[in-house]
Amino acid sequence: MEQNRPIRRQKIVPLWRDERILSILGQAVFLIILTASLLYLARNMLMNLNRLGLGLGFDFLPLTSGFDIGEHLISYERSDTFFRALLVGLLNTLFVSSSGILVATILGLLFGVARLSGNYLIQSLARIYVELLRNLPLLVLLFFLYTSVFIQLPRVREAISLPGPVLITNRGIAIPWGIPTATFTQYQYILGFGVFSAIALGRGLAWYGERTGRAPLVWLWSLLLFFLIATIGWFILPTRPLTLDAPAVQGLRLAGGRQFSPEFMALLSGLAIYTSAFIADVVRAGIQAVGRGQVEAARSVGLSSMQTLRLILLPQALRVIVPPLTSQYLNLTKNSSLAVAIGYPELFHVSGTILNQSGRTVEVIAITMTIYLSISLLTSAFMNWYNRRVRLVER
Amino acid sequence: MTSELTITPRDLPPPIERRNLIGWAYKNLFSTWFNTLLTALALGVIYAFTKPILTWLVDQANFEVVKVNLRLLMTGQYPRAELWRVWLCLDLLVVNIGLSWGIWVKRRRALGVVLITAPLALALLPTISSPARRDLLILAIIGLIAFGAGRLGGLSLRRMAISAWVLYFPLVIILIRGFTAPEGWLPVTNTNLWGGLLLTFLLTIVGILFSFPIGVLLALGRRSQLPAIRGVSIFYIEVIRGVPLVTILFMASTMVPLFLPSGSRPNLVLRAMVGITLFSAAYLAENVRGGLQAVSQGQYEAAHALGLSGFQTMALIILPQALRIIIPVLVGLFIALFKDTSLVTTIGLLELLGISRSVLAQPQFVSFQREVYVFISLIYWSLSYLMSYVSQRLEVALGVGVR
Repeated sequence: MEQNRPIRRQKIVPLWRDERILSILGQAVFLIILTASLLYLARNMLMNLNRLGLGLGFDFLPLTSGFDIGEHLISYERSDTFFRALLVGLLNTLFVSSSGILVATILGLLFGVARLSGNYLIQSLARIYVELLRNLPLLVLLFFLYTSVFIQLPRVREAISLPGPVLITNRGIAIPWGIPTATFTQYQYILGFGVFSAIALGRGLAWYGERTGRAPLVWLWSLLLFFLIATIGWFILPTRPLTLDAPAVQGLRLAGGRQFSPEFMALLSGLAIYTSAFIADVVRAGIQAVGRGQVEAARSVGLSSMQTLRLILLPQALRVIVPPLTSQYLNLTKNSSLAVAIGYPELFHVSGTILNQSGRTVEVIAITMTIYLSISLLTSAFMNWYNRRVRLVER
Repeated sequence: MTSELTITPRDLPPPIERRNLIGWAYKNLFSTWFNTLLTALALGVIYAFTKPILTWLVDQANFEVVKVNLRLLMTGQYPRAELWRVWLCLDLLVVNIGLSWGIWVKRRRALGVVLITAPLALALLPTISSPARRDLLILAIIGLIAFGAGRLGGLSLRRMAISAWVLYFPLVIILIRGFTAPEGWLPVTNTNLWGGLLLTFLLTIVGILFSFPIGVLLALGRRSQLPAIRGVSIFYIEVIRGVPLVTILFMASTMVPLFLPSGSRPNLVLRAMVGITLFSAAYLAENVRGGLQAVSQGQYEAAHALGLSGFQTMALIILPQALRIIIPVLVGLFIALFKDTSLVTTIGLLELLGISRSVLAQPQFVSFQREVYVFISLIYWSLSYLMSYVSQRLEVALGVGVR
């Protein structure tokens, strides 16, 4: 090799055949063409906007929005700004997505395990559920749930009343909810203390387990400690931190409690049911991916069936499950934008309204897409981090 | 020692397989108390769901609305005089399916016959109009002939069938759209008149067809050694995959007119097609990349050793293998796209879901929400299920994952 080098250096490659120069040249040409076409599009856009008498810029965000939003997690009035309206939409998106993810995961786990059941009926039910939902468009499901289920519920006067009380009507579903009292702030500190001591105890137990080789039930003891502190705090305070607010029918409307609109319910149930079918398949594949021998080996070294599940099956299945599960979660979040069709004011719906009010097409679309993109990238970054943690460490 | 281990047939008789119903039920439903509990639970669930559904179907459901609007739901406002083109496309599709089934599917012949004669069953439905019945009958007969030809045909027919599939999709678009002046033999139809299931299919086909070259280029770009090209490809793919389809459709419908020189306003259908194509290209690129990664390194090395250039290696060695691997995945993408086209409803197009909503918006049909949604769900469901079944068969037939 050492002897070859001088010879190769002497050979002069002409510029137009030198691969390095060619590749740089090629990329430069590619970038120039790309930039030129983007500039052309941008120029067209600016000219069109000028013709329509519109500017470009984000100066509209602090202006008064002037429209109402039916459901908001933070206070919002007509007189608030466009920016606040966007924030309300984003929070609604996050709220419906996170509750959807929670419900979808529970349902998906249930049906995924049910598909592996030895019971023929249970297994077939799960299979029908999965096959039925996987082959339907989500939007059709949403419209069906909204127009044929939640809107068709009984009117407020004939509300279905479940113990709780939970009221089910065509104006929404109301559940009892706690109202914070004067001591609620102090109670929050107590809860914080509970979390802190539970984590401390968990760390200590884990350390003890590693030292002695006898693994204590870290999660169980930590949770118990937390609940203990939470309960003591509840009764130790002079007044209770929360009072129960039960919903009731007041004339033609519902009052009190926490109310969920039919739009929200349709969106939540649609997203959760639809995604749960996909999660069920992911879970089933994950469990099946763990070899039978693993379970048999675990039993033969004397682990109980609970221990087998916790220490052998789940850690290995999770490794297979997590990546596709992440993409299902992201799908659910992105699909929440379909709320625009049934009128739940999440991010996309709100930005549509803002677009109509302000006329700033380009900016509003750019903001919306950036927010969705950031949610996706953040979630996948977090899940990649988690995935690296549970990954099989190979030598 | 050895004598102890010897097992004579008399010592260990084969287990008695209880193949009767009671034995089966005992094994699968009542083997333990927990299993019995589950069975009871399942029966309860089945009862709780079936009873209201059956009551609704038998007593309350009235599918008159579907019958009255069937043509709208299927083809939208496509000119009645030009409907023969849609039938012709269907005939060609049945020829392709029949041929392919006859050629490639070895064991499930009976199912193929059932599939092909499905139009026959539809023709027997009492609500079908008589011209439609005639066309359905023709469909079934053509399908059967093609199936027979496929079974008898040799290698040349095989090649023909493949090219027929490749040619089919562009042909459909040309046929449906037409290309001559209004008085010519195949006049151009206004895209605003496209609607119903026809539009759903056209959007899907256009989406796959046009996103295919873009997707392949993006996949190659993402695996390129050149940082500029790789960077741009990754940026495009990740951005598109990170945002919902609705926002892209919305962008296509509101921003495409802004990007073009003033004065040119492409119609809404075209804009939706642009949005769908840009969207599915990113997903297709990732699938193609998967296929490219599945081709082993040795193939590249062998191609280089034979003196093929980089371009030749890609075009002649790598891509054909990669694309063969991802055919079932492509069918999956097609199904996903078929379902996703329903989102164009949100920008005001009248594909299957959109036109159902506009039918339901009429005062005389407002109370038939359930019937219409059940009907279109049935269409979406059966078509996607059929396609996913075919893709599973394809996977077996192509021997994906089997060397």
